Amino acid sequence: MTSLPTQNRVDGLLALPPTQNPLSSSQARWNHAAVLTRKLGRSPLTILGLAVVVILVLMALLAPAMTGGVSPIAQDLSGRLQPPGAAHWFGTDELGRDIFARTVYGARATLAIVALVGVIVVPVGLLVGTLAGYTGGFLDAVLMRITDIFLAFPSLVLALAFAAALGPGIVNAVIAIALTAWPPYARLARAETASIAHTDFIAAVVLMGASKWRILLRHIVPLCMSSVIIRLTLDMAGIILTAAGLGFLGLGAQPPTPEWGAMVATGRSVVLDQWWVSTIPGLAIFVVSLAFNILGDGLRDIFDPKSA
Amino acid sequence: MTFVIGRFIPVDPVLAIVGDHATQSTYEKTRLSIGLDRPIPEQYLIYLNKLIHGDLGTSVITSQPVLTDLLHFFPATLELATVATVLGVIVGVPAGVLAGATRGRWPDQIVRVVGLFGYSMPVFWMGLVGLFVFYGKLNWTAGPGRIDVGYEDVVDPKTGILLLDSALAGEWDAFRSAAAHLVLPSIILGYLSLAYIARMTRSFTIGQLSQEYATTALLKGRSFWGMVWRHAFPNILVPLVTVIGLSYATLLEGAVLTETVFAWPGLGLYITQSLFNADMNAVLGGTIVVGAVFIGINLLSDVLYRIIDPRLRLQ
Repeated sequence: MTSLPTQNRVDGLLALPPTQNPLSSSQARWNHAAVLTRKLGRSPLTILGLAVVVILVLMALLAPAMTGGVSPIAQDLSGRLQPPGAAHWFGTDELGRDIFARTVYGARATLAIVALVGVIVVPVGLLVGTLAGYTGGFLDAVLMRITDIFLAFPSLVLALAFAAALGPGIVNAVIAIALTAWPPYARLARAETASIAHTDFIAAVVLMGASKWRILLRHIVPLCMSSVIIRLTLDMAGIILTAAGLGFLGLGAQPPTPEWGAMVATGRSVVLDQWWVSTIPGLAIFVVSLAFNILGDGLRDIFDPKSA
Repeated sequence: MTFVIGRFIPVDPVLAIVGDHATQSTYEKTRLSIGLDRPIPEQYLIYLNKLIHGDLGTSVITSQPVLTDLLHFFPATLELATVATVLGVIVGVPAGVLAGATRGRWPDQIVRVVGLFGYSMPVFWMGLVGLFVFYGKLNWTAGPGRIDVGYEDVVDPKTGILLLDSALAGEWDAFRSAAAHLVLPSIILGYLSLAYIARMTRSFTIGQLSQEYATTALLKGRSFWGMVWRHAFPNILVPLVTVIGLSYATLLEGAVLTETVFAWPGLGLYITQSLFNADMNAVLGGTIVVGAVFIGINLLSDVLYRIIDPRLRLQ
């Protein structure tokens, strides 16, 4: 018996042609996942973006191990502003703290802000958007006007105003960013809901006697999820930049907690002589937000080929 | 117009009150006398009434009317944002059309990478690195600020836009100094607007090239680039005006970080510093100007539509 072409064996399940007529819902789901995974495999750039994001998560989780026990807040005034070298890979800052350790630990602040903003913004946006889109009428008008008010301001100025009003700190930065970031999600969810609400299957569920909330939460919200999640990935870069901007202005994580934006700010006064103090954390911000941008672009192409 | 203004004002009283709590006792007595003890709707009406009469209150820090302050700071931002937008349009529009027309091939890839970098770069960091390289090491450009100290009061501020003022007065040394200070921040802001404009132009171009009239033009013997520029480009212009307007408005408002890095005395710096000093009248005034500018630019692009698109002129 001749062997199968090697390619099939290597790719295993994923190489099977997608079924047009799935026999069960679980088969349909696996099928869909396989198609998406294969598309992902064809886009090396997206994988690169994903890899950087994974590294960021690992950096945040394994910070103590990665820095070999070097504390990000231990000061050494005799060894301040040392250039990058064997002892300090990325040099030291104006208080003699190791910049490599601070950069690695800084991933925690960045990741925490991004994750928390996502966790707040997605449910709020979904709820407001689907509610407005499904109920329509007066509630729709009120909710959308509120959304418009928030959209009328540049998000950084608004976030600044909120952060300044709430006082500096990482939690307040999260609240400030979340307050300015939710309106586009409400818009998006509302548009999706409007197109779903008049489909036959929703009419069928209504006839089956489902309550409004059940229709909203079990039937409409899940269908809005994918576009909302993609939008969130694309927005992540912006959220990171806003968070870094707030940190740079002193409204983010407070010293001595290492945060990339604040680290750039501390190096500001010495940038002409000790470039590494500002440059390295800035580079970290740049790489991470680039990775999120690439990942978001790739995911959008994979899930929605129309809007390439 | 009044409807739209009415839409963005209601945020402000809330901010003013929250800001008051942040500053605590010192300002509280003065604030009480201004009327913060009254119910919020009443305050809001009083504020609205003052606003209609052009009174934005007095800045606590500079102890000047907020309006005077804003007139002083706004031209700097206007100058910076205008130069940056012009740069962004000159480079971004052709780059976007090129990328859209060569979709998937190497010019498209290059524009995409340049755009992605622009999207991902923290502005304040780019500003610092720019200062380090071009001012600190190469000494090609001038440092932070708008103009060298020696020239500060040489020119009589007619418009507040230093390039115009010095050119009008014939002070060419001052003009050169102002230009040298402007180069770096405007290139950095211009890069941001370039990234946005190029990306949008690309997708508009792709949309137009997939239309049937594009194929028709090619079949009738138009060269490819002739078709792109003479047939597709005019159709791109209308949505492009919105995009450019939006990017201009964002730069006018959102140059906060760039202005901080370059010590550029503009609207962004004014709002930020007022925020840190809990100078709420100044913040409110600045924010209202920001919102008004936003709406003004939107109106302007509506008017431009009618000029650009003959179909809209008929209606």
